[in-house]
Parts: sequence; C-alpha cells; structure tokens
Amino acid sequence: MSQDFWTYFWVVSTFGTYIAIALWARAGSTDDFYVAGHDVHPVINGMATAADWMSAASFLSMAGLIAFLGYGGSVYLMGWTGGYVLLALLLAPFLREFGKFTVPDFVGDRYYSTTARLIAVICALFVSFTYIAGQMKGVGVAFSGFLGVDFNTGIMIGMAIVFVYAVLGGMKGITYTQVAQYCVLIFAYTVPAIFISLIVTGNPIPQLGFISNVKGEDISMLQKLNNVVTDLGFMEYTQTNKTMFDVFAITGALMFGTAGLPHVIIRFFTVSSAGAARVSAGWALVFIALLYTTAPAVASFARLNFIDTVNEATYIADDADYDAEAAAIVEAGGKPIPKWFKDWEKTGLLGITDKNGDGVIQYHAGDSNEVTKLDRDIFVLANPSIAGLPGWVIGLVVAGGLAAALSTAAGLLMVISSSVSHDLCRRTFFKGMTDQQELLTARGAAAGAVILAGIMGMNTAKLGFVAQVVAFAFGLAAASLFPVIVLGIFWKRMNREGAIASMLTGLVTTFWYIYHFKFVDTDASHWWLGVSPEGIGFVFMFLSLAVGVGVALVTAPPPQDIQDLVEDIRVPGTRVPHGIADAEMLPE
Amino acid sequence: MTHNLAEIDAKGYWREVVRLTLSLLVIWFVVSYGAGILFRSVLDQVSIGGAPLGFWFAQNGSIYVFVALIFYYCRAMNRLEKKYGVEA
Repeated sequence: MSQDFWTYFWVVSTFGTYIAIALWARAGSTDDFYVAGHDVHPVINGMATAADWMSAASFLSMAGLIAFLGYGGSVYLMGWTGGYVLLALLLAPFLREFGKFTVPDFVGDRYYSTTARLIAVICALFVSFTYIAGQMKGVGVAFSGFLGVDFNTGIMIGMAIVFVYAVLGGMKGITYTQVAQYCVLIFAYTVPAIFISLIVTGNPIPQLGFISNVKGEDISMLQKLNNVVTDLGFMEYTQTNKTMFDVFAITGALMFGTAGLPHVIIRFFTVSSAGAARVSAGWALVFIALLYTTAPAVASFARLNFIDTVNEATYIADDADYDAEAAAIVEAGGKPIPKWFKDWEKTGLLGITDKNGDGVIQYHAGDSNEVTKLDRDIFVLANPSIAGLPGWVIGLVVAGGLAAALSTAAGLLMVISSSVSHDLCRRTFFKGMTDQQELLTARGAAAGAVILAGIMGMNTAKLGFVAQVVAFAFGLAAASLFPVIVLGIFWKRMNREGAIASMLTGLVTTFWYIYHFKFVDTDASHWWLGVSPEGIGFVFMFLSLAVGVGVALVTAPPPQDIQDLVEDIRVPGTRVPHGIADAEMLPE
Repeated sequence: MTHNLAEIDAKGYWREVVRLTLSLLVIWFVVSYGAGILFRSVLDQVSIGGAPLGFWFAQNGSIYVFVALIFYYCRAMNRLEKKYGVEA
C-alpha cells in the first residue's frame, strides 16, 4: 500500500467518526451546549480535558523542541503538567460548586460587578484567540503537507470540520468527539515511541528506555547522548544556557497560566459535583502524563538518531537515482544520506549547504555546520520514517496531529462562543434573552469565531509569529485571571475594587512587557532580572496579587451576600442562591 | 442534596482543607521547582538508571508525583467530607 493511501485512510476514517459522534450527541439546550448538561463522567471528562489541552504544539512540536533544548525543554514538561495540581487543589472543585457556566460568570458574580465581568471576558477572548490561531495554523500545515492541497485550502477544510461539530454539538458534542480524538492521538504518539525505544535501548517502554543503557553497549543512553553532542561542540544535553531564575519563571508562567486558561477551567463545569471535578482533574493529568512522560524519551532518541544518521553521511543529489547511489555509497564503505532526509528536504524545512565541497554532511556547532536548515517541528512527523517504521504508522501520526489540533480548536471555540453569547449578550447587554435565543446566539458566535480563527491562521502563517504570540496566552492567563479566581475562593475579604485593579495590573504589565521585548526591543540583555517574555507572566502575577490585596484592604469589604456565597462554594453541597450574587441567574 | 450550612462545622472543615492543600502544595513545589530546578545540580550527582536524578525529576519524575498528589488529595478530601458530614 502506498503512503498516501494510509494517510487518507486514517484521516478520513477518524474524521468520519468525529462527525458521527457529534451528530449523535447534538446539544438541545444551553445547558447541553455550554456544559454538556453538567453530567459527564469524571474519567470521560478527564480524557476530553486531556485532548482539549494537548494541542498541535504538544503533539507535533514539543518533542522536537526538547530534542534541541535538552534540559531547557523541562520548562514545558513541568509547566504544562504541574498546572493541573493547582487546578485540582485550588480551582476546579470550587468553581464547579459555584455552579455556573464560564470564568467571566464567576468573576462577574463573585465581584458583583459588570466591569469586572467585562475585563474577564476581554482576557478570556484574547487568550483564546491567540491560542486558536496557532491551532488553525497546525491544521493547515498538516493538511497541506499530506493531502497535497494548498495551505489555505487546508485551513478551510479544518474550519469546515470544526464548524460541523462545535456549532451543532456544543460542549456535549465536543466532549464525546474529544474522547475519540484522545484515543487517536495517544495511540499515534506511543506506537512509534515504543518501536524507537526498542531500536535504541531494547526496552519497549519509552519511559524506561529513557533511563536505560544503549542497546548492546555498556553506557546509558543519556550519557552517550551527552558525549555525542559535546563531541560535536553542542551544549551537554542535560544542561541549559538559560539562567536558573529564568527557568524558574518560565516554568511558573506555564503552570499558573495553565491553571488560568479559560478553555481548561470550563471543562470542570461539565461534571456533576465538586468531588467529580477533583477526580476528573486527576484523570486528565493521567491521560496527559502518558504523552508528557513519553515526549522526553522521544526527544532524546530523536536527537541521537538524527546525529547518527545524518552526520558524516554522503549527500545524494535530487536528480540522482537514490537507490542506486545509496547502494554504491554503502559498497564504498560510506553512509548514504537517509531517504527521509531527502523527503523532508523537499518541504524546505530541512536543508544542507556543502560548505567544504566534499560531498559529505558535517553536522556540528559553529560556522562550518552544513545542516543549515532544521525545523524542529518535523521531528515527531519524521520520527517513524527515521526509525524505518511501516507506512500505516506514518499515516497514523498525521491523523494524530490533526486530532490534537482540532480538539483544542473546538474547546477554544466553546470559550469564545460562550463569552460572546452568555457573558456579553445575556449577562451584560441583553438581559431579557431566553434560553433559545441564547443558544442561537452561541451557535452564531461559534460560527463567526471559526471564520475569524481561520483568517487569523492564514495570516499568522505568513507572519510566522505564532510561537511568540502563544507566550501572550500563558502570561496573560497567569497574571490576570489566576490571581482573582484564587483570591475569590480563598480570601473572603477580596472585593470588587481589588479584583478590577488586580486584573488590569496583570493585563497591562504583561501585555506591555511581552509586546516590548518581542516586537520593539529584541535585545535579550535588556530583560528585567534576566526574565524572558515567556516567563514574565509569573513575575507580574505576584505584582497583580499584591495590588489586588492592597486595594481590597483600603476599600470597603464585599457585601454580606457575597461573603455567604464564598462560604457556600468552600463546602460542597451547601450552595444556595444569594441575593445580589445570583440576582439574574440561579446556580445549577 | 443541599443542606444547611449551620448544621456543619464549616470553619473546622475549611481549616483542615486549607492545611491539606498547603501541605500538598509544599510537595508540589519541592519536586518541581526544588528537585527539578533549584537543587538540580546537587541531585544530578546521583543517578536513577542512567539518568542524572535532578534532570530526571525535571523531565519525568515530577510528573509522576503530580498525578499521585491529585489522587491523594481526592482520597483525603473524601475522608474529610465524611468526617464533617459534608455531602459532595
């Protein structure tokens, strides 16, 4: 069977399944649409949360990134998992007990203020749109690369599919399709990892292969990797050139940002109780950890394999007969450039320049390095071919990447549509809306958001700055949303004035710092305390906390109704309606 | 399921919840920021399998502990809820 057959086979059959599930689980009410009727089983919700969370970046880019950052890549591993501990302990059960639909709902009600609600909506929309543009780009790349269509056509196909199941199915449809998508993506990630681990270390479990010896040698895999990369003049794999404080700050921004991301928080509104929300966060992390503990193993194997197969390999020209040339090189005792290298060279993501004209590739640090173009995003996709795995595995990885990108995009669309129809329309501007009108608005908003996200995806691809913009999402979520939610639960005295001051401080300072050092002054030596824009959300989170607490202490305490509400959400099963807190809508 | 807040010792319950939360967050901090970042160079002198311990904590070990922490929290919270007669 040809490679194209398998790619089509996997993509078409998985997408058919997603759409079938979406039609089966159509939403009939706003309750179904926003929170899947509040009755999703915790394990199912955990799996859906995992698919929601793991985006194209986790699936396609992370392992490649770690392969080249080595220890420095740990910030993503710890940051994107540790946030779930914060979610389970500090946020999820209490927000479920609060019993409404969205993050701005909580902020608006807890701080008895339309202004606070509006600021929270702005934060939620900003975070979600920056995130979704990246997903649409991922969809475009995957479709254009493998179905041989134009990049923009690829995005449009992705838009049409997300449209069908997000707009019709709402949260209910999304939750069940995400379960299917999780299964596809984790299978697609672990199968090649197991094969590669077997090849490199002889151990089928990648997490154990990671700490094992190289197959048939008396040296640990990581030690060998350290020796190999330092011989070539690169930094030791288990070290980094970032400062300790910067590593600390980036990990913090990613962790607290994860806990503050609206599309993650909203998932815990879909289960039946506070207890279910806790368990659900645990299962979500189990399903995430399956991929996240495999990723560093995949990363180190990929780096080792790449150096092994490419360095000192004899180049074969594009117009030459590959098989004949390769055989001749082997005959002469040399190492031919691998076939997958030639394939990826065509995409322009990988390239060499034979600087010394000897026909052999020298890969090492410094100016005479001949691998002149090396896009880290190709590693997960190229891994199965690097390890010489069969065609059906390669096709599966494509379907997995698409599942990761689409499930995240769908979850983000839910946040955008509920922010617009629920928080902006029903709770702020048109308070007399009926349930049916709101559902219609939500579908309209989701449709509008799909189109806008697609357009953003097309444009960001041209600008090529998605990776930089994603720093905004985590930093802003950490500095603006996380403090007010935690204070709202754990500190009864926190009031409206404090919340508004805290959100604005986090939003403005983080936005300014990232914008300034990403787009205006790109000189890293000017960073404050050596903190990179990726990590600054962590630092400003403390500023935002301090400002919030300070302002709250010098202004009037919140009304009694609000203090009673806080008491209620702390103790499961005691939630009752409270005058001004629930004036326009009762908890469920 | 909603019951009256006055019937339960809500203050005592909440105090225990906060204490549990803080102690688990200390572990959370120690395995990630502690073992994986601040004290990594010390731990790296020891190996687990073929990996330096601090490096392993940063890339694998902390994640296992995170999972265990959440499930421990679920169990401990269920116990607390039973103790105080809170209906979750």
